[in-house]
This record gives sequence, C-alpha cells and structure tokens, in this order.
Amino acid sequence: MARVLLFGRLADQAGWRDRTVEAGSIADLRRALADGDAALGEALAGPGVQVAVDKAIVRGEAVLAAGTEVAFLPPMSGG
Amino acid sequence: MTTLPSISLTARAFEPGALLTTFCAGRDETGAVASFVGLARAERGQATTLELEAYPGFTDAAIAAFAEEAKARFDLQDYRIVHRIGRIAPGEAIVFVATAAGHRRAAFEACDFLMDYLKSRAPFWKKQHGPDGERWIEPTARDRTDAERWD
Repeated sequence: MARVLLFGRLADQAGWRDRTVEAGSIADLRRALADGDAALGEALAGPGVQVAVDKAIVRGEAVLAAGTEVAFLPPMSGG
Repeated sequence: MTTLPSISLTARAFEPGALLTTFCAGRDETGAVASFVGLARAERGQATTLELEAYPGFTDAAIAAFAEEAKARFDLQDYRIVHRIGRIAPGEAIVFVATAAGHRRAAFEACDFLMDYLKSRAPFWKKQHGPDGERWIEPTARDRTDAERWD
C-alpha cells in the first residue's frame, strides 16, 4: 500500500490529491492509476513530471514498502 | 537569535517590517543586512487571488538545501526566508528574504541569488484566480534567465 499525493494541475485533473493505492513498485502504481483513469496515467508520464518517494526525487523504478509516500510533482512554478 | 527558524512556510499573512526588525536585532558583528519583499500583483484586475501550493517536508527541505548553499557561497552569517502558501490577495506579501553578512556586497548578492531560486526553481505550484477563471502559472523565461546568471 502506497500513499499517493498529487500536486498542482495533476490534482485538479484527477479530482483528488491524496489516496492509498495497492502497489509494490512505481511501475505497479502507474499501472493501477492508469487503469482507474487513463488520462491521469498519461499525465503522470508527461514531460517534466517528477516522482518523489518519501520526499526524495526518484528517477526510474523503486520498490514501495507499506506506507511509502509517493508524490507526483508537475513542473514547479517557483513562488 | 539563532533559535529562530531560518525558513518558514505560512498560510497566514505576515508583516515584513516586523520580520526585518527581529532579524536585525542583537547583531554587533554583522555589518550588512539585505532584504527583499515580494508582493502579490493584481495584474490590472486579472488576478483576484494567487494560490500557492507547497509539499510540506519537501518544499522546505529543498529551500533549506539551497539556502545553505547560498550561505556557503556568499559567506553569510545567517538568513531568514518566509514564504506564503495558500490563497494570497493582491498587495499581500508573498515572500520575505533577509541575509546577514560582514559586508554589503555579499548580503545583496545572496539575497538576489536566493530570490532568483525562489522565483524559478523552488518547489511551489502557483495558480492565478481571476475574472476569467483560474490558470496554473509556470516560471517565465525571464525568471529562468535570471536564475541562470548564477550557474
């Protein structure tokens, strides 16, 4: 089980920003999210979207333990 | 003085003058404090509210890592960064940065450096609400070139 957080336009598009999803890896998680919402799946794989696992940016794959926090971060705007 | 937090993200309006007064208090070896205050613009009525989203624990850590780099690069004594999150009305302060150094050049440059980072690369997501609806805002080309001056 991963706790998934969406930020910025991704949260607006999905209609949620915090949800628990059954997934053992980032790839699993992307599949699970795309199965429920294909447009969201596409947006999460879009240009400039970064993934943070437990608040650290991860490029590529990561194994997700129970309670891991995974955040999808669209391009950052600055303040 | 060192017991105050260096970086704060706050959903409440703040008073920049009070922050500067506190930051300047009790210094006898500083010599120079530079500060900057960014205010929300109304954009001639096109922006009724600015909304800033942060990722608590990630955004503040990223800003802290960058600020520590600035501290080393410009040999700062210390710094103070306060950034609003949530909904901000035109005219309200969005960001306050103050830097303290032995001499003015370092304080000015570090303040400028920190602001270029905060405006272009800090992990915030910004939405403008106006009469025509809402839209997400990305850094401008100018924000990016300003930040690249330091690379």
